[in-house]
Amino acid sequence: MIQQLNFGDLLPYWDVFARGLVFTIVLTLTSTVAGIGLGTAGAWARTFGPKWAGALTRAYVEVIRNTPFIVQLFFIFFGLPALGVKLSEDVAAFIAMVINLGAYSTEIIRAGIQAVPKGHLEAGVSLAMSRWEVFRYIVLKQAFMKVYPALSSQIIIVMLGSAVVSQISAEDLTYAANYIQSRNFRAFEVYIVAAVLYLMLAIGLRALLRGIGRAIFPKG
Amino acid sequence: MSLVSIKDVRKSYGAQEVLKGVSLEIGRGDVTAIIGRSGSGKSTLLRCINGLETYQAGAITVDGMTVGDGETDLRTLRRHVGMVFQQFNLFPHLTAGENVMLAPTVVAKEQKGEARAMAEALLEKVGLAGKFDAYPSQLSGGQQQRVAIARSLAMRPTVLLCDEITSALDPELVNEVLKVVEQLASEGMTLILVTHEMRFARDVGTKLVFMHQGRVHEEGPPKALFANPGTPELAQFVGSQH
Repeated sequence: MIQQLNFGDLLPYWDVFARGLVFTIVLTLTSTVAGIGLGTAGAWARTFGPKWAGALTRAYVEVIRNTPFIVQLFFIFFGLPALGVKLSEDVAAFIAMVINLGAYSTEIIRAGIQAVPKGHLEAGVSLAMSRWEVFRYIVLKQAFMKVYPALSSQIIIVMLGSAVVSQISAEDLTYAANYIQSRNFRAFEVYIVAAVLYLMLAIGLRALLRGIGRAIFPKG
Repeated sequence: MSLVSIKDVRKSYGAQEVLKGVSLEIGRGDVTAIIGRSGSGKSTLLRCINGLETYQAGAITVDGMTVGDGETDLRTLRRHVGMVFQQFNLFPHLTAGENVMLAPTVVAKEQKGEARAMAEALLEKVGLAGKFDAYPSQLSGGQQQRVAIARSLAMRPTVLLCDEITSALDPELVNEVLKVVEQLASEGMTLILVTHEMRFARDVGTKLVFMHQGRVHEEGPPKALFANPGTPELAQFVGSQH
């Protein structure tokens, strides 16, 4: 049986799609900023920080990178209430995304830090700079320059992975698609539209990240 | 009184002793050239003077501060001891001018405007007046090394350590860097150079130190030593340097 494509049945639900799209964009942007911040702190701890902080960070990174995102999400949303920590879907989704991106970006940024030539650190301390000043003014920006493409890819991965938050009823783009197809039974059309929206989001985000890279890093 | 005083300094990497009791007195305004084969300990000695390397016995004092005694803050010491490296080590994410301005603004807490004016003056002094906004990747090796010298001078050091600063340069770029160093020497800056430039050591140096197997094998006025080496090792070393 061949069904006719019928996108007309989706029109009444355009506002549901729009709300889901906005939710996904806001969730991605906020968790990217916080996640990269967490990753920067983690990378600092593993390279310039005290030993105990490095060990702690390492444990965190191993746990997160070796467990499924959906399990992390479920643990935060369904598991933590057992400890008396009750979070809304939105907050749980945000925290799960930040913790996940934080772990991956810790490793990416650490690689960038370790790729900064040792001579630059020596030049810095020879100028009477403290370890923190060397990290802050000499190492950090160089590290980001080196790993920016890898970091950009990870941000895209996290954006696409955010679809999983629909499983705790956070009302993102995928949640919207699920909702609509359960009402009008146009699963084929609904998921085509959702896929196209994700595709456009990914392309847009990539362009945005490229633009930011051009603006903050020197050429040549 | 000596500005830099090195007394019976010993340093080992594991079982390998690289400095076997080095003593050296360097006065204000001296231009000391340290020569010797690779592995003789000359770079290690230089790096001990600003605390980049630690030593196990003996004492190094700079302007009354003892390096690595736990009382002297290394950061305080390093404000008086500048260092220029073989590999330039310019910060690639900063322009030439920003490289020079960084330590004065971050460490010495100078105002941006002041630091900028000084950076411009220093770049002009090393012959790079128009290169303030150039990134290191846009400069030749010789230009990068001159920026590195300006960057060290920005902290107004009392002594400048130069660790084989022309060894990574193409031959035709060596002279532009040596000219800057010669100018500093003529202005009375105290310089300690580890170098393979024998002619420079002879013509500009006021003191020559020949290191051999972790010891100061010979020291004295450069011209006299080059003309009349006191030991067969120095004679052989000088003979081997074209």
